[in-house]
Amino acid sequence: MTTAIPPTGSITPHGEGGEGHANHSLTGFIIFLCSESVIFLAFFSGYAVLKTSALNWLPAGVEGLEWRMPLINTIVLVSSSGTIWLAETFMARGNLWGFRALWLLTMALGGYFLYGQAVEWSELAFGFTSGTFGGTFYLLTGFHGLHVATGVLLMALMLIKSFLPGNYAKGEQGVQATSLFWHFVDVIWIILFVLIYVWQRH
Amino acid sequence: MTSATFPSSEPKPSWTRYFSFNTDAKVIGIQYIVLSFFYFLIGGLLAMIIRGELITPAADLVDRTVYNGIYTMHGTIMLFLFIFPVLNGLNNLLIPTMIGAPDMAFPRLNAVAFWLVPIFGTLLIASFFVPGGPAYSGWWSYPPVSLQNPLGNLLSGQGLWITAVALSGVSSIMGAVNFVTTIIRMRAPGMTWFRMPVFCWTALAAQSLQLIGLPALTGGAVMLLFDLIAGTSFYRPEGGGDPVLYQHFFWFYSHPAVYVIILPVFGVFSELFPVYARKPLFGYVYVALASFIIVGLGLIVWVHHMFPSGVAQWMRNLFMVTTMLIAVPTGVKVFAWLGTLWRGKLRLTTPMLFCLGGLFNFVFAGITGIMLATVPVDIHVSNTYFVVGHFHYVIYGAAVMGVFAAIYHWFPKFTGRMPYEGLGKVHFLLTFVGANLNFLPMHPAGLMGMPRRVSSYDPEFAFWNVLASLGAFLLGVSIIPFLLNMVSSWVRGPKATHNPWNAIGLEWLLPSPPAEDNFGEHVPTVIARPYGYGLGQPLVENQAAIERELTLQEATP
Repeated sequence: MTTAIPPTGSITPHGEGGEGHANHSLTGFIIFLCSESVIFLAFFSGYAVLKTSALNWLPAGVEGLEWRMPLINTIVLVSSSGTIWLAETFMARGNLWGFRALWLLTMALGGYFLYGQAVEWSELAFGFTSGTFGGTFYLLTGFHGLHVATGVLLMALMLIKSFLPGNYAKGEQGVQATSLFWHFVDVIWIILFVLIYVWQRH
Repeated sequence: MTSATFPSSEPKPSWTRYFSFNTDAKVIGIQYIVLSFFYFLIGGLLAMIIRGELITPAADLVDRTVYNGIYTMHGTIMLFLFIFPVLNGLNNLLIPTMIGAPDMAFPRLNAVAFWLVPIFGTLLIASFFVPGGPAYSGWWSYPPVSLQNPLGNLLSGQGLWITAVALSGVSSIMGAVNFVTTIIRMRAPGMTWFRMPVFCWTALAAQSLQLIGLPALTGGAVMLLFDLIAGTSFYRPEGGGDPVLYQHFFWFYSHPAVYVIILPVFGVFSELFPVYARKPLFGYVYVALASFIIVGLGLIVWVHHMFPSGVAQWMRNLFMVTTMLIAVPTGVKVFAWLGTLWRGKLRLTTPMLFCLGGLFNFVFAGITGIMLATVPVDIHVSNTYFVVGHFHYVIYGAAVMGVFAAIYHWFPKFTGRMPYEGLGKVHFLLTFVGANLNFLPMHPAGLMGMPRRVSSYDPEFAFWNVLASLGAFLLGVSIIPFLLNMVSSWVRGPKATHNPWNAIGLEWLLPSPPAEDNFGEHVPTVIARPYGYGLGQPLVENQAAIERELTLQEATP
């Protein structure tokens, strides 16, 4: 039963200080992520409905999707979930440089994922308007890619913040939230990979 | 800042804060409510044009295509720019004060969520002035009608409509994250879940529904926008798309949206009946938990809007049953309110009258709702005025009347002035008679087969339409005493004491109006539910001392 009231001193005048009480930020962020997952749920179910009811799923001249490069991307993204977890562990132990190194590695893996996605897009023979196949493909991968890019930006922000003196003295809500977001993006990608690349038969 | 002790030491806040990026939930609440009534007048004006057109069978007042735009904008404005913002206004005023929090969990996010409302409101109203006029595909915006763009402009009324609705979704999600976090994490010491006011329970339930449902509509709207402007074919049958898919997305949110609207109103009923019947709320635990049963069931009824849209028979049967099951938790609430009223000492003040009227209308709407849940009846009356009558009973008859009840009840708390009873009762009478005269005749007209969204109709429906139009004009007039009352009593109404209705609740242990940070650091410890009417049990520790201090403050000018 959380009957917490903000402790003395946190009731700063409105508009000053941080966005609300620090402990609330993570709660709010988790609630937001739950809500955000419903958009993906909507897109996934829309994809499944359109695919199962389509007469001609693949556009003319398209055989299917190449899956090797996306598989590499999958491995990259899944391992980045591991590195961000390690980064968090370093932070919990107070090893700020270890945190920064692994945090940067996670960002690099995220950046590589985006690069791989861009290369894949540029080599495809179909576009956004190529029927529901092309539409759902670009919608799902694009919307997910947008989340990856957001995650990388959030990480960059947290990395800069880690150089501000005394910034992480009272806990690291932002780091926890970013890490949570990154795991979320990872899980979404695994579902997406199964739906789009593994489930190719029509 | 112990403002509860030294109220006069603070400078009197300027009225200009209502026009600024203020982060105080009480300011934002009033901003929401006042702005929503501005849009209420615009939406109401459109309703007057609609009923003016329908007073005669011929299409003689406005052009048919203009008429399509008018009913589309009427529905959209009333839902996205009136009822949701006005309820968020109540949430902002009531949630922090009721749970003893100094503000919302994320004050700046709260202000951003509010300021999005005038932005998308302006976008939506601006669509009246783009070439081709506003969106004309009804508030639900079904493809393929909503995918027509005959002028071929990138900037179309329909495109603006989708953008506005998407922004409204962003604003609502920001609000919902804030309300849920605040309720979960910022309650006063001693306020366990089952000591929380029912309004907070219903707000929590309603905002949870927003969080689960709204993203589906946002996702669906994004796909609609791409179909409209980028040439994709998610909903275009000629490109392999499925227009019914949009209906699933739309109703997966928009049916729960009805509960987002009505649940806080249930909360208002649950708060007000005990105050004005002087009895504890009957079956508190069941009333509180029924809200979440409504959330659960409310998420699995959406296909009942699509019985004639080409869905499988098993789906029709399944969703008919789940829809009817919703009557159980709502019935629990209705009987709890009746149990509260039973042999109570009723005080028929303006807020109580609005509650009683709203409850009456809600029960009527519930009965026609069960009729509509039945597949054969629904297919028979689908897209007729029977449906229009049904949901106007819910939205206007129950929800808007509940909102009026809440405004009259909590007006003294947040303005420090008493509203005038006489004007309030005139407002109630005009609203209750007007709403019933407006919406009751829609049922027989619909059963006779009058379709909705038409500007001309068979003369055999004329009698019912004349009645409905007269009721609508009465409703139009009813807003005058309300606005008069609000403005005049806010400017020079009698000063309100901290607890003019003799009500129980943390918000009534604050001065009227409360200080910016509510209780500040002196949050009382809650020891009971806020419904101990006639039991003589205190709500908080040291209640007598707190009340004595407040009374002393009021006695010294």
